[in-house]
Amino acid sequence: MSKPLKQIHLAAHFPGVNNTTVWSDPSAGSHIEFSSFVEFAQIAERAKFDFLFLAEGLRLREQGGKIYDLDVVGRPDTFTVLAALAAVTDRLGLTGTINSTFNEPYEVARQFASLDHLSAGRAAWNVVTSWDAFTGENFRRGGFLPQEERYSRAKEFLATAHELFDSWHGDEILADQETGHFLREAKAGAFEHRGQHFDIQGQFNVPRSPQGRPVIFQAGDSEEGREFAASSADAIFSRHATLKEGQAFYRDVKDRLVRYGRDRDQLLILPAATFVLGDTEAEAQETAREVRRLQVSGATALKHLEFVWNRDLSSYDPDGPLPDVEPDLGEHTVARGRAQVRMYRDPLAIVREWREKAEANNWSIRDLVIETGNRQSFVGTPETVAAEIDELVQADASDGFILVPHITPGGLAPFADKVVPLLQERGVFRTEYAGTTLRDHLGIHHPDAESRNERVAS
Amino acid sequence: MTTPAPLHLAVALDGTGWHPASWRTENARPHALLTAPYWQDLITEAEHGLLDFVTIEDGLGLQSSHLTDPDDRTDQVRGRLDAVLVAARIAPRTRHIGIVPTAITTHTEPFHLSKALATLDYVSTGRAGVRVQISAKPHEAAHFGRRKIDPLPDGDYNSPAGQEAVRGLFDEAADYVEAVRRLWDSWEDDAEIRDVATGRFVDRDKLHYVDFEGEHFSVKGPSITPRPPQGQPIVTALGHASIPYRLIARSADVGYVTPHDADQARAVLAEIRAEQAAAGRADDTLHVFGDLVVFLDDEPGAARARRERLDALAGEPYTSDARIFAGTPAELADLLQELQAPGLTGFRLRPAVVADDLPAITRSLVPELQRRAAFRTSYEADTLRGLLGLPRPASRYATASA
Repeated sequence: MSKPLKQIHLAAHFPGVNNTTVWSDPSAGSHIEFSSFVEFAQIAERAKFDFLFLAEGLRLREQGGKIYDLDVVGRPDTFTVLAALAAVTDRLGLTGTINSTFNEPYEVARQFASLDHLSAGRAAWNVVTSWDAFTGENFRRGGFLPQEERYSRAKEFLATAHELFDSWHGDEILADQETGHFLREAKAGAFEHRGQHFDIQGQFNVPRSPQGRPVIFQAGDSEEGREFAASSADAIFSRHATLKEGQAFYRDVKDRLVRYGRDRDQLLILPAATFVLGDTEAEAQETAREVRRLQVSGATALKHLEFVWNRDLSSYDPDGPLPDVEPDLGEHTVARGRAQVRMYRDPLAIVREWREKAEANNWSIRDLVIETGNRQSFVGTPETVAAEIDELVQADASDGFILVPHITPGGLAPFADKVVPLLQERGVFRTEYAGTTLRDHLGIHHPDAESRNERVAS
Repeated sequence: MTTPAPLHLAVALDGTGWHPASWRTENARPHALLTAPYWQDLITEAEHGLLDFVTIEDGLGLQSSHLTDPDDRTDQVRGRLDAVLVAARIAPRTRHIGIVPTAITTHTEPFHLSKALATLDYVSTGRAGVRVQISAKPHEAAHFGRRKIDPLPDGDYNSPAGQEAVRGLFDEAADYVEAVRRLWDSWEDDAEIRDVATGRFVDRDKLHYVDFEGEHFSVKGPSITPRPPQGQPIVTALGHASIPYRLIARSADVGYVTPHDADQARAVLAEIRAEQAAAGRADDTLHVFGDLVVFLDDEPGAARARRERLDALAGEPYTSDARIFAGTPAELADLLQELQAPGLTGFRLRPAVVADDLPAITRSLVPELQRRAAFRTSYEADTLRGLLGLPRPASRYATASA
């Protein structure tokens, strides 16, 4: 007997600060004006996507001591955009990345609880960590966490936020106009947390929100990141969008859930993916090549290599061979504020691998960056892309995808209009929202149920 | 009699209204306080009345009848949503009215607030402002655990000892506003160039480090968010004594004060104008608004009766830092014009019962003022700066590279 078809989860990532955004395309609009976010969100909601996703940045990126100017620079505030989008959408989940290093639990918990109220249960938090003094220069607490402490702070931050969310059970507000009792008890929202990173107490001032707790997402591929997600998250954003890598990651993370007493379906695995569609397979491949050339200019390719070499490579010819100098293994100073820098933990090994590949394929610097950099995950006709997505999900390479179009804000429309109907025909994607909250869309149970049962039992 | 200059009008939104028993009136909707439709309805009503802006109260702890401590009461509204997020949620469905959430400068990050307000300005297309407020509450400090705030000497902000105790918090607020304003200026208006020929998205020479160094924090910059539509959203603050007046004079575009008569208004204005000159801002437009709590009813005596009924429900007479007015719209219009004479340029009305007194402001007071040619008859601008007659400032950094 064949197992029932898995339902695919789809999300839309507003393209922002990275070189996947082709800002030079004449159809590319503003990445700041609210009208762009409205258009993007309404395309996603029209297509019945689970949620919209916004990334975050807290310091403009620099390269060689200068503000990086080749990609989109700048973005609006995550919370503010999501709250405003709640006014122009009805069902779409609203997910934002918020850093746990340069914030405090009381404030972030009240912002997410507020967003959940104001969106009637559609809020989600992608918890990320940071430690660097470079970003810290914009904040009161300054730079700085020892790198090994970033997950310990993040874990305690999230646990503390959960204590705050759970400090109201949902039945405290009577608002009985006759008797004059507004609250059932004076100590509503009381909490006390004494830990390594936070020593706080008092009363939380946002009553329990529609989802109980907002949905928690986590991104991160490291050992600590996987463990953090398995222990605490409702979904994990991964980078593994291919069949074999995806299946390995999927198995690894789902196996970890058991250790925390959680079922395998309590954590969704959602890789980020880009797409290029064409009327024919050949046309899609050709468009994808053009997009890659637009995303990776010669200057961008050289800058990309500098993440690994950690030295100025501007004198090299991007259409020539790889630099003959060795990477600078000292403190990383050339590229700052870049997530990618952290991916290259062993520059010598990366350089060796890249040189071998470039030599074997006769690649220039730009060719190498194009061939090894972020790739279009789905390139093809709507039919082949729908089939590929379905197959990956049914084969447990993921539970769905977070799609990042390369054009802002209209680039999602071709996927919404052409691929989604095919997934619906296959019976693997909703044709209408079944519920109203993001937890409903994701099929992740409501923590209220748990806490209510506990309260009844106790 | 000369026709007075048109005045500006704002309303201060807080829960079901400023009277602690306001939630018990028939139309109060206390169960809806945490929903978006409730706030959407209020701002739609305020916009219907052509008001300049609404402010939204906030705090980093539960509401309390005590100035600085929790009170353990269960008979008043408790619990509220983040004001900046409420503002963002209601902005897209209005077109003209300004939206001014409260932000606490004592425990939050100027970098975060700067980008949040810049973004509120984007989502409202130029109608954002902020009301900055300090927190001298020890229990709110305990919610953050980063700094200790001692109890006020006499439990009172406004006593000399209380003012001295909070002096540092007001100085920090001034630094905070300075850092936020520099961040708004840190992108010149035309920094985004999208120069396909050179492959540059921005002109980095038009992005500026703000390098703010204060006693309590430093901020490097530039902002992550480009310069907002108004250049700088408007900054407002409430004051009752010299130290907060100085913050208003140094840092604000609109100050709220609480005179109980025209003489007091004159004295407060003199003090603020002197501080403004001392701060080198004599030529800048600085609005000073009078704050009033209002019970309004067209029927003579009805507003006072309503106030008495609510006081009876609350079990004690309502008192406020601001003058409490109960009467007809015509009487209120008289009072506003009397208080305006010494130089107040507008008023922020605090509806005692939002469900009753906000519509009374928009549907009775406003027409009364319009009859007297003392208030606008249509929105004359699309931005909050435009409504307040404030110019759009140039970035302070722009001349450096021109």
